[in-house]
Order: sequence, then C-alpha cells, then structure tokens
Amino acid sequence: MNAPIDTAIPLEIHDLTVAYHKKPVLWGVDLEVPAGQLVGIIGPNGAGKSTLIKACMGLLPRQSGWVKVFGQSLSDVPTRVGYVPQRESVDWDFPVNVMDVVLMGRYGRLGLLRRLGKADREVARECLERVKMLPYANRQISNLSGGQQQRIFLARALAQQADLYFMDEPFAGVDAATETAIVEVLGELRDQGKTLIVVHHDLPTARSYFDSLLLLNMNVVAFGPTEQVFTSENLQKTYGGRLTILSEVASTLGAEASGAPGRR
Amino acid sequence: MSELIPSFDWQRVMIDPWTLDLSLYGWIFLMGFCATAACGLVGNYLILRRMALMGDAVSHSVLPGLVIAFLLTDSRGTTPMFLGALVAGILTTVLVESIHRRTRVKQDAAIGIAFTTLFAIGVLLVSLFSNQIDLDAECVLYGEIAFVPLEPLVTLGGVELGPISLVRMVAVLLGVAVLILVFYKELLIASFDEALAKAMRINPTWVHYGLMAVLSVVVVSAFEAVGAILVIAMLILPGATASLLTDRLGVMHFIAIGHAAISAWLGVGLGVWLDCSIGAAMVVGGAFVFGVVWMGTLLTKLKRQRSKPQQSGATVSAPASVS
Repeated sequence: MNAPIDTAIPLEIHDLTVAYHKKPVLWGVDLEVPAGQLVGIIGPNGAGKSTLIKACMGLLPRQSGWVKVFGQSLSDVPTRVGYVPQRESVDWDFPVNVMDVVLMGRYGRLGLLRRLGKADREVARECLERVKMLPYANRQISNLSGGQQQRIFLARALAQQADLYFMDEPFAGVDAATETAIVEVLGELRDQGKTLIVVHHDLPTARSYFDSLLLLNMNVVAFGPTEQVFTSENLQKTYGGRLTILSEVASTLGAEASGAPGRR
Repeated sequence: MSELIPSFDWQRVMIDPWTLDLSLYGWIFLMGFCATAACGLVGNYLILRRMALMGDAVSHSVLPGLVIAFLLTDSRGTTPMFLGALVAGILTTVLVESIHRRTRVKQDAAIGIAFTTLFAIGVLLVSLFSNQIDLDAECVLYGEIAFVPLEPLVTLGGVELGPISLVRMVAVLLGVAVLILVFYKELLIASFDEALAKAMRINPTWVHYGLMAVLSVVVVSAFEAVGAILVIAMLILPGATASLLTDRLGVMHFIAIGHAAISAWLGVGLGVWLDCSIGAAMVVGGAFVFGVVWMGTLLTKLKRQRSKPQQSGATVSAPASVS
C-alpha cells in the first residue's frame, strides 16, 4: 500500500537527552536503526525505555539532540510512523467499540474535516482479522480481556499502515496465545520491510523475539544484532549486576539447549 | 402539609401550560430544553475526559468576565457580555493548565485555585463598583428562566422568531451540534488517547482549548436562564444519565438531548405545580430522570445476577452494588 521502503534510514537519533523536572532520564543517545529490523529495547525499570520512544514520537520535549525518521523530521512524515502506547494509558471504559478504536488508526491519514470512508472500514476489518479479533468488532472495549485489548491496539497500529512502528510493552500482561499472535504479526511486518521498535520487559523471551536489541539504562549500553549483544557482560552493565536478572539469563541460556521458541 | 405542598391539579399542571399558557410556557420549555441540550452535549466530553469540575470552574469565572466587560463598555449588550465570558472562560483554562503543567500542583487543585480566585475578583469588582453595576447577584447565581417570555421578540424578515435569549440559545445549540459533527474524530481521539492524537498531529491541547471555549459560550448563554450554579447540573446530568444507558459515544449524544427534553418538560410541570423557580425545577427533573435510570440499571443487574446462578449451577453470586 505504501511505496516500497526507500533507502533512507528509518530511525536516526543523535545525542538525545530527555529530562523530567530537570533530572535527566536519558542522555546522549545515539542510534541508527536500519530498515526491516525487529528491535527490542530492554533495560531495568526506570531505564528510560518508554521515555526513549515517547521522545522519538515527539510526545516529550527533548533537552538536546535530534531524531530523524526516514531522513526527515517526524512532523514531515507523520503517517509513516505508527504507535502502540501502553495499554494502561487509555480509559477502557470509554464509550467506543472495538471497530471505533481500530478506525482511529486511520485518522492520521484523513486530515481535518474528512470522514471515514468505506475503504477505511475495509482496512480496519483486515487489520482486525490479522490479530484474529474480527468477531469482536462490535464489542464494547471494556468487555475485553487484557490480551484482547492489546490485540486491538496492535490492529489499530496496523491500520496506520506505517513503515516504522514504536510499541510500548505490547506483551505486558497478555496471555500466552496473544503473545504468540503478536510475535507472529510483528514477524510478518518485519518481513514486509517495516521497522519495529518494541519496548520489552522480559529478558528470557527478548533473545528469541528480536533481530536486534537495544540495551538501555539511561544511555545506550549496547545496540546490535541480538546474538552479538545478548552477552552476560552487557546485561550486567545494563542491569547493574542484579542477581535475579542474572539468574534469569542463566536459565535462558539453559533453556536454549532444551529448545526455547525458535528465532523467527 | 397541604399548605406546604399545593394540591396537584392535573388540568392546571399538565394541560394548561401546553394549551392556554403555551405562549408563556412554550418559550420557557424551549429555553430550558436548548440550554440543557447544549450543556449536555458539551458535558458529555467533560465527563469522558474526567473534567466535570471544569464546568464548575468556567461557570464561576464567567462572573468577573461579565463585570469587566460591563465596566469597559458600559453596556449589557450581547457582544460585550459574550466576549467577557469567553475571555474569562479561556483564561480559567489557561490558568489551570499552566498551574498543573508547570508546578507539582495536580489538576483538581489547580482548578480549585483558578476559578475561586477569578470568582473572588468578580465579587470584589461587584462590591467596588456596586453603584455602577446593576448586576443582580441572585440572577447570576440562579438565573430566572421565567423572564424569558417577557423579553422582546426577535423578528427576522417579518417573522417573529422568539425571545432574544432563546434565539441565542438555539443558535448556540446548533453551533455546538455542528462543531461536534465536524470535529467528531478529533474530539474522540484527543479524549480517548492523547498520545496517539499527538502522534497523528491532532493537537490535543487545541482540542482542549476549543472545547473550553465552546463550554464558556454555552455556559454564558445558558446563564441568564439558569445561573452559574444550576448550569453545572445541566452540564453533568444529561451525560451522566446517558453513560448509564449506552456505551457508544454517538448514542450518548442523542440520549443527552432526550434527557434535556424530559427534564425541561418535568421542570415546567414541577414549577407550575409548586409555583417555584422553574430553572431549579428543571434540574430537579433532570436529577429525577438520572435516579430513575440508575434504579433501572440496578434492577436489570440484579435480574441478570438472579438468572445466572440458575444456569451455571452453584456459582457464588456477589451482591450487585459492591463496587
């Protein structure tokens, strides 16, 4: 639907610093994400994972540095960037149904004064089908499980038909079936040449889900292909040598031998 | 007891206002309906955005706006009053936003600071210039909808349209309806998911200020009829009732308008029966409708819970109203 992915770098960050109440939470971030990558952002709580993607989306003020999307400022190419916020960031009692939420993904393309058309509804239906939620299209959103809510958010992002996606903890609090379904869709998007930046909180699965990893703890500890970056040394640097985390890593390394979910 | 509450005369209360005295109560009903409907439509968004208190704030801070506009122009004409109220309403919004964004004071506290201060400034000005201002404080607080039929009628091209404040209220109601239709998706996404709205270059701050500007206009035009206090009820009751009955935003708007019609009709009846303030009676009518709907939802919930254990066997049923 979009023009073939061009050669411009999907996401380029230079010297990005973000502060809350004058306390920096993220500093000196330099990053260049190539196209067609499924990138996981991992790091401890308070490492600035969500802050990083919010700053990229222009949702938070930057203290310094710049972010370029496909070689341009985000405001020049808003429709090429999709966003999945954290599930808890919205009020799920809001009087809308599943279809309404997915259709919101189309608003960015509509512009002022224009209304949703048949084509938009068709796209929304397809996106719902891809996350296996089409039978729920007319369901009020408060009557959904956490996993279903997350799928709706993913469908809405799909409806944006973007080339670069930022996703804030799409696996938080979802059931196993949803997790598998989401991983599948993310893989499909990557295979279409789209770039996905995903905040992830679960270390053991991070290794198998993502092509590249960004280890973050207020600044970039490491960024690169997962097999190169996912080392106990890097993780120790990122998590500050917390024993529980390290034992998790040990169990991941052990699980690998016994056949953990294969890398896609 | 019979001296306290007048006897209910069906003919006098239910028939006469709509036949013999239609030229009087017709205008009052229409004014009450249009005011409540316009307030209800805007109020729906206040409720969804959890900003019900902003209605309270804007309706109070309109007072200094009116006083200052009066002092500056020395007239009580529509335009200066409207502009004064609008500026005051926007100012309240700006104050609330700046206080809670730039300091650690939370939004509810910021609202409490902003509107009470502005209202106090209004009171101060009224007392300072009391010899120049013939602003009836009681009218500002409670309004007087019964005066609507006494106003001069507006004529357009030889056709009598109606009392001036009603004509204004109808225009405002239509304006609100058109704005909601035109900006439906912007209002929806900015209220539901501010972050996504921002990412899509639909500026939620502008949506917020736009909504507050409309709120100010609605409040000041409903003001004369119902006053600063009762207007708050009209902002919240229709939407609150609608949110009990539906979970679709579009349907909510229609229910709010229906609620406005019923409460205006009940208000006229109650006002005639008890010979009391019709504006207040309309609010009581609206609250009564809310109460009936609430009871209805409680009953259906209870019914559902009764029938459930029978189907699924020995399910432990929790009481309906725990939450």
